[in-house]
Amino acid sequence: MARTSLDCRNLLCPMPVIRVQAAVAKLAAGDELAVYATDPGALQDIPAWCRVHGHAVLSSEERDGEVYLLVRVGGGASA
Amino acid sequence: MTEQPKAVALISGGLDSMLAARVVQEQGVHVEGINFFTGFCVEGHTHAIRADKRAEERQGSGNNALWVAERLGIPLHIEDVVEEYKEVLTNPRHGYGANLNPCLDCKVFMVRKAREWMEAHGFDFIVTGEVVGQRPKSQRAKYLPVVSAESEAEDRLLRPLSARRLEPTLPERMGWVDRERLHGFHGRSRKPQMALAERLGIETWAQPAGGCCFLTDASYSAKLADLWRARGAKNYDLDDIMLLKVGRHLRPRPHLKLIIAREEGETRFLEGYRRRYPHLRTVSCGGPIALLDGTLEEGDLALAARLVARFSAGRNAESVELEAAEPDGAPQRLSVTPLAPQAVPAEWYIG
Repeated sequence: MARTSLDCRNLLCPMPVIRVQAAVAKLAAGDELAVYATDPGALQDIPAWCRVHGHAVLSSEERDGEVYLLVRVGGGASA
Repeated sequence: MTEQPKAVALISGGLDSMLAARVVQEQGVHVEGINFFTGFCVEGHTHAIRADKRAEERQGSGNNALWVAERLGIPLHIEDVVEEYKEVLTNPRHGYGANLNPCLDCKVFMVRKAREWMEAHGFDFIVTGEVVGQRPKSQRAKYLPVVSAESEAEDRLLRPLSARRLEPTLPERMGWVDRERLHGFHGRSRKPQMALAERLGIETWAQPAGGCCFLTDASYSAKLADLWRARGAKNYDLDDIMLLKVGRHLRPRPHLKLIIAREEGETRFLEGYRRRYPHLRTVSCGGPIALLDGTLEEGDLALAARLVARFSAGRNAESVELEAAEPDGAPQRLSVTPLAPQAVPAEWYIG
């Protein structure tokens, strides 16, 4: 299991989702992706994208104008 | 075919594409959605500008296409086509609609991209929510074959809501879908779609006023035309077209445009551009931030400051103090008399 980070700060939705989609496509099932963003919409859109693709959001929070999500790549789901 | 047939459905986030995908899903087809981000989509990126009350009320993603995908239970692939779309917008083969909306070229482009995706991922056909005669140009009966041909999707493009008014497509001829269970909707009435939605148990969907694309909006198109005129060229980047969605746009001089925030959300959004644009903000009273786009000649900064002061809480004061700053420079203070409303000509307002 590997953990990588993805900086989506200063991107407006849906660009953070698109970046997550591209990053997850390069990861294996069980890998984790830490996502940093500034658009609060990412707190709804990234989990929604994860749900329809079978990935899990392990945690998410918004603090000091920044959004953080930890995604675990699901098995068998296409990005 | 012994395997389950696979279709990629264009999902805009509106009702028609949702229904089209569901109709095919109901026939046992494996459906995945695709959505294209051109930069001109009405929804999807406005959370940072304004609170999305609609999304809060209906719960889930504020992105309509993702919301639809969740309701359908299908994966959604969101494709960034901002760069490729520039050619569609600046040089549309079939021209523009009432505003700067290249609807027919746009549909051809999106179906072509879906066709490429279908081929790359081993899918069998494409589904769209097009309805014969529903839109003035891109969905007129005579243009639907243009979309099929120019996208090179040909008879792998299925329009489940109008299929029974059209020639049978490959998925129908191959028996991947039953033509009798498709529909023959046509025209601008939404009643058949409403009835189908009710029958399928779909109670909520997005209803973007004026469509899902800013290019169909007269005010937005006027701002884009102004941008191109001022530059002397039809070019743009993503930040340019985002900024056209926000604030009051005024051009007091041919070489200078102001983008003035109208409310708190827009102020926060425009603050993100302070490192790219010279900007003004009031300090002696509440007021908006304003970005200055263009070149500043003699007297322009004072004029811009008076204009910003006119939209501040100090609009009736004798003087308002503001801070002006270059993207990488220290701010300077200036004190100005706000312009009277009648001193702001209507032609300064863009859009």
